[in-house]
Amino acid sequence: MELQTTIYLVVGATFALYIAIAIWARAGSTSEFYVAGGGVPPVMNGMATAADWMSAASFISMAGLIANMGYGGGLFLMGWTGGYVLLAMLLAPYLRKFGKFTVPQFIGDRYYSKTASMVAVFCLLTASLTYIIGQMTGVGVAFSRFLGVSSDTGIYVGMAIVFMYAVFGGMKGITYTQVAQYIVLIFAYTVPAIFISMHLTGNPIPQLGLGSDMVGSDVSLLAKLDQVVVDLGFGQYTTTTAGSTLNMFVYTLSLMIGTAGLPHVIMRFFTVPTVKDARSSAGWALIFIAILYTTAPAVAAMAKLNLHGTVNTAVTKGGDLFAVESSIKNEDRPDWMKRWEKTGLLKFTDKNGDGRIQYYNDATKNTEAKAKSAAAGWKGNELEVNADIIVLANPEIALLPNWVIALVAAGGLAAALSTAAGLLMAISSSVSHDLIKGIFVPDISEKGELLAGKISMAVAIVVAGYLGLNPPGFAAGTVALAFGIAASSLFPAIMMGIFSKKMNKEGAIAGMLAGLFITLFYVFAHKGIFFIKGTEFLPLIGGANSFFGITPEAFGAIGAIVNFVTAYLVDKVTAEPPEHIQHMVEAVRTPRGSKAVSGAH
Amino acid sequence: MEDSGKAYWSATLRLLYGIMAVWTFVTFGAGILFVDFFNKIHLGGYPLGFWFAHQGTIYIYIALIFIYAKKMNEIDRRFDVHED
Repeated sequence: MELQTTIYLVVGATFALYIAIAIWARAGSTSEFYVAGGGVPPVMNGMATAADWMSAASFISMAGLIANMGYGGGLFLMGWTGGYVLLAMLLAPYLRKFGKFTVPQFIGDRYYSKTASMVAVFCLLTASLTYIIGQMTGVGVAFSRFLGVSSDTGIYVGMAIVFMYAVFGGMKGITYTQVAQYIVLIFAYTVPAIFISMHLTGNPIPQLGLGSDMVGSDVSLLAKLDQVVVDLGFGQYTTTTAGSTLNMFVYTLSLMIGTAGLPHVIMRFFTVPTVKDARSSAGWALIFIAILYTTAPAVAAMAKLNLHGTVNTAVTKGGDLFAVESSIKNEDRPDWMKRWEKTGLLKFTDKNGDGRIQYYNDATKNTEAKAKSAAAGWKGNELEVNADIIVLANPEIALLPNWVIALVAAGGLAAALSTAAGLLMAISSSVSHDLIKGIFVPDISEKGELLAGKISMAVAIVVAGYLGLNPPGFAAGTVALAFGIAASSLFPAIMMGIFSKKMNKEGAIAGMLAGLFITLFYVFAHKGIFFIKGTEFLPLIGGANSFFGITPEAFGAIGAIVNFVTAYLVDKVTAEPPEHIQHMVEAVRTPRGSKAVSGAH
Repeated sequence: MEDSGKAYWSATLRLLYGIMAVWTFVTFGAGILFVDFFNKIHLGGYPLGFWFAHQGTIYIYIALIFIYAKKMNEIDRRFDVHED
């Protein structure tokens, strides 16, 4: 069968499945709409959380980033999984015991303050909206690459699909669809990896293959990769850090705290039946996430080796990497390269005019590589490779059958759609429950609130679609912002609300604002005020990464520390929280007496 | 009840500190700060420090969460604050 037809069939089948689930799981009450009735078993909730969490970025971009960064890329692996330990121990069980629908509701009740709740709503909406832009563009990209339609059409189709199961099914529809989406995306990710691992190392399990010897030799795959990339002037794969060690340290911590503070992730733990389930549910979520996250480094290293092997025959055959005949002739390049050149993700420029492809690091500080490449008459790197190719073109690089390629298309779409739906849920529940019911129309009926929830969901989808179609210039920097906000404002406020009985509203509000302000200040200094080009103010803070060489993406942990310190100091000089709040904190700490989640105040 | 509440909370915190200590050590110790030292040891074809950063920590996180969940259930029962 034609590749294109196979892709249509596989993607069409998965969409039909999602819609069937949507029809089955319609939400009839606010409890079903916001928290799926609070009755999702932990294993299934874990699977839905995993799909919710793993976005287009995890599925499409992460392995490519790791391939480029080598060891330093581990900060994404550790940062985006280690946060679940924090969630399971510090937040999830207590928020489940608290038993309400949204994160701002917890902050508002715990700090007996509408202002605190408003600050939380603001943080939640900013973090979720910026995050969703990336998902919508991801949907567009996946559609245009695989289905041959324009990116805009792709976003419309994606919006329509999400609309069907999110608006009618609410959290219930979203949760059960996410379970299906998880299964699709995990197959799509692991199947090509198994084939490739088998091919390179003879071991079908990628996690073991990465630590094995190359087929027919006693050199380990990583040692081989290290040697090839170092010879070609790149940094050694297994040891190159991401900036300084301090930056890697802080970056990892920021991603962890940010993960634990992202509202669309926290919200998942309101849907399990008991406090006990909330604890183990985080573990199940992490198991399902780990299947992809431990495969990713194998995909990264193996695809990198494959890519070098494709353009330089000496990589697999041995011999001199710099010999003339080692670099393949452009006309002999494989078909998949020609296909991806059309998308612009792969680009060949024959700088020295010899008709052969030289792929190496021309900016290297390695004098030996520099001398050898100059002696061979190489005039600069001739192949530009977009990081996304590592996953998207992986099955083609390894010459796998068409159905595997189709599966990857369906998997990419599942990853983007499931995360978009989770974010939309966080946005709409916050608007309908925290803003409409909490502030503007407190005596709204349940039916009215359910309708308000559905309308805000529909509006959120349109807004997200609009932002996806017209991505603001800052789209690339936004995920860093979402994590920064979650880490510097939401996480510390929730954590202190549980672990300190005496933390009062003045402290919490001051802390959230201080954390938010310092983080935005540092990010905007690098990327422009509200990401408007030309408004960067680096000289004011003393140049790029001036705070101990920490990059703006890694700054969330510093923001969190500022939040904690400010809250502590302000708390010391203002009045204690009222007696009943302190009792409430005590009650939240013990599981006994947990009730089904309800939104009632 | 007041005393047992306090004892329950301090048992919870002790468990928390223990888990956090392991979490911190594997991530920031083995995975980042002392990675060069661990890289001298090999696990199959993996340098150990690299393995921690790209594989091992994730497995350990999973184990930590389930150990935490199990121990917390025991603590809940010991202080008679478990659900149902």
